[in-house]
Amino acid sequence: MFKYLKQLTSLVAMVAVLFTFTTETMAAKKSKTLKNTQKKGFVRCGVSQGLPGFSNADAAGNWTGIDVDVCRAVAAAVLGDANKVKFTPLSAKERFTALTSGEIDILSRNTTWTLSRDADIGLTFVGVNFYDGQGFMVRKSSGITSTSQFKDGISACTNIGTTTELNMRDFFNSKGIKYEPVAFEKADEVVAAYDAGRCDTYTTDKSGLAAQRTKMSNPDEHIVLPETVSKEPLGPVVRQGDSVWEDIVRWSLNTMIEAEEYGITSANADMMKTSDNPAIKRLVGAEGELGAAFGLDNDWSLRIIKQVGNYGESYKRNIADTGILPDRGPNELWTKGGILYVPPAR
Amino acid sequence: MNFKLKDIVPQLITVTAVVLVFGFFTYNAQINMENRGIDFGYGFLSQESSFDVQFSLIEYDGSHSYFRAYLVGLLNTILVSVIGIIIATILGVIVGVARLSPNYLINKFAAFYVEFFRNIPLLLQIFFWYFAALRALPLPQDAEAIFSVFFLTIKGLYIPAFIWQNFSVFFYSVVAAIIAIIFIRIHARRVQENQGKQIPVFLISIGLIFILPLLSFLIGGVRLSFEIPVLKQLATTSFVYEGGVSLPPELIALTLSLSLYTATFIAECVRAGIEGVNKGQKEAAASIGLTPNQVLKLVIMPQALRIIIPPTTNQYLNLTKNSSLAAAIAYPDLVLVFAGTALMQTGKAIEIVSITMFTYLSLSISISILMNWYNKRIAIQEK
Repeated sequence: MFKYLKQLTSLVAMVAVLFTFTTETMAAKKSKTLKNTQKKGFVRCGVSQGLPGFSNADAAGNWTGIDVDVCRAVAAAVLGDANKVKFTPLSAKERFTALTSGEIDILSRNTTWTLSRDADIGLTFVGVNFYDGQGFMVRKSSGITSTSQFKDGISACTNIGTTTELNMRDFFNSKGIKYEPVAFEKADEVVAAYDAGRCDTYTTDKSGLAAQRTKMSNPDEHIVLPETVSKEPLGPVVRQGDSVWEDIVRWSLNTMIEAEEYGITSANADMMKTSDNPAIKRLVGAEGELGAAFGLDNDWSLRIIKQVGNYGESYKRNIADTGILPDRGPNELWTKGGILYVPPAR
Repeated sequence: MNFKLKDIVPQLITVTAVVLVFGFFTYNAQINMENRGIDFGYGFLSQESSFDVQFSLIEYDGSHSYFRAYLVGLLNTILVSVIGIIIATILGVIVGVARLSPNYLINKFAAFYVEFFRNIPLLLQIFFWYFAALRALPLPQDAEAIFSVFFLTIKGLYIPAFIWQNFSVFFYSVVAAIIAIIFIRIHARRVQENQGKQIPVFLISIGLIFILPLLSFLIGGVRLSFEIPVLKQLATTSFVYEGGVSLPPELIALTLSLSLYTATFIAECVRAGIEGVNKGQKEAAASIGLTPNQVLKLVIMPQALRIIIPPTTNQYLNLTKNSSLAAAIAYPDLVLVFAGTALMQTGKAIEIVSITMFTYLSLSISISILMNWYNKRIAIQEK
């Protein structure tokens, strides 16, 4: 028995490491996350390992994307500088653990809002910054133009740890098609394997398909099928238990969307201070005391608009101009036929 | 019974410290999880998993439980480890012996193989074999048949499926043959010890293992037919093979890279073992008239094995643990299926990681126990 004492000791030590969490008590009055962020001087933001248009680092290590812009907006609001963000690239598998364990404070990583994620695992979704749906990509030469042409025996490449895996099963089951799921841990390997011909189709969120297509050896050889097989509202996530921080992130995102609605851009934000419309004046901090509720000054939203821009600017810069999805589709304002609709800032 | 206080006190302190640290972290985790509204419990294991797995040894789909998904991953891990260990051992012994060969070419080739493969990180090798193979293999429609029944394609290796009639009769005939061989070996040893006569056990064994199953075909009513894979068109340029058994390229690439990598270490163990036997042993054995084969089998190997087995056990453990790199190339092992997909879908990080850790621990300890038992068997029996 004692022969194994040594092994037992090391085992116990391993388990102990596993249970390590940073000690953090409930934010009683003021947000502890906010306090910590201001003390550190940067926002800790979890992003993807490289998804063009959403969160992607260039050769110099500069992050861009609409998910990145959410974190930059929070940094602008809280710290006064949109560049004071520390980005942590996370795999789909790591992302929630990184957030709940306190390694990051915002998870802005094309993450689908679902009931079980919101309710079960200590997370809170603060809103939607991209309305997406799952689709399929195939090689043009296959002659497939619709998912109705899928047949028994088809192999589908995808990522593990995503809603994609579940939707894929629902989709093929409902059609009664036998399929071979080939699930990789990282998106780069999925693309490489599909590109090499391992799979007949590659399935993930349609925005992801459009973005990954640009990474293929010959993007023109592939098409994204028109069908959308699921609802994928993507949005930023925070830890449960810090409602002030939750509100800051939610309203940073809402500010970007509402600014677009009122035509406030990074260029004209300062001039809007003298606008006649009280809603506009509130958004640029010329009226009301909106920041006080979060423990912020009154220019927090003006800084977001000036430094990051409104949602439309962010979309254009990251997704439309890069050729990923020039058409905004559902991600257009409700006033222009889309479904972007946020509660008023007042 | 002679306990001394100075012997017990350090033990007590260690145990107390371990319990306290463990308790502190558990308590801390509980508080934090409560604050964040995370439930702890293993109840999810019986819930429906609702995700599919590419390759499974047992019947499984998304309507089964998470526990069954765990079993699927565990069996896939065991499968790749067992195949890997077998190939690595065979290859390792061959290369290890080859490194001692007086033939310059064989000797240097073996040395080159060992130095090359053991000095490149395993993950890189796995990627190489997987993506290089994917790029090099033909699409299903372009694949040439090997012996007109095997098809090696980018989507996997397709082999004919065996379709048995009265399989149980065949199975029992094989079991009977094995039991008979064991008895004959025991008998042969006794005859040799008592009378010094040698019975050709090897030839008899070969005969038995062939003749008994053959008889089951001739008089036992056993029939075997093959289901050969056939090409099926999915779309203009999309094809797949149907029927037969398909081995996914992920399994092949993983087994290949694990065995090629681990074989280099086993080869070094084997070389060390053989070189560790005193030269005088070989010369003495030759001088009493044993043939070179007998020298190797009766004198060198029994002594070399004592040196080879303990470090080789380590390599077996390494191979089993390294198989968790499977996640990188989509082979559905324990880490990918359970600590990957299942963890993500349930969010039960602590539960799943702890189960996975204990599973690997149990696997490793099982291999250790087995190899220690074997090691003890071949160790010098001191009288």
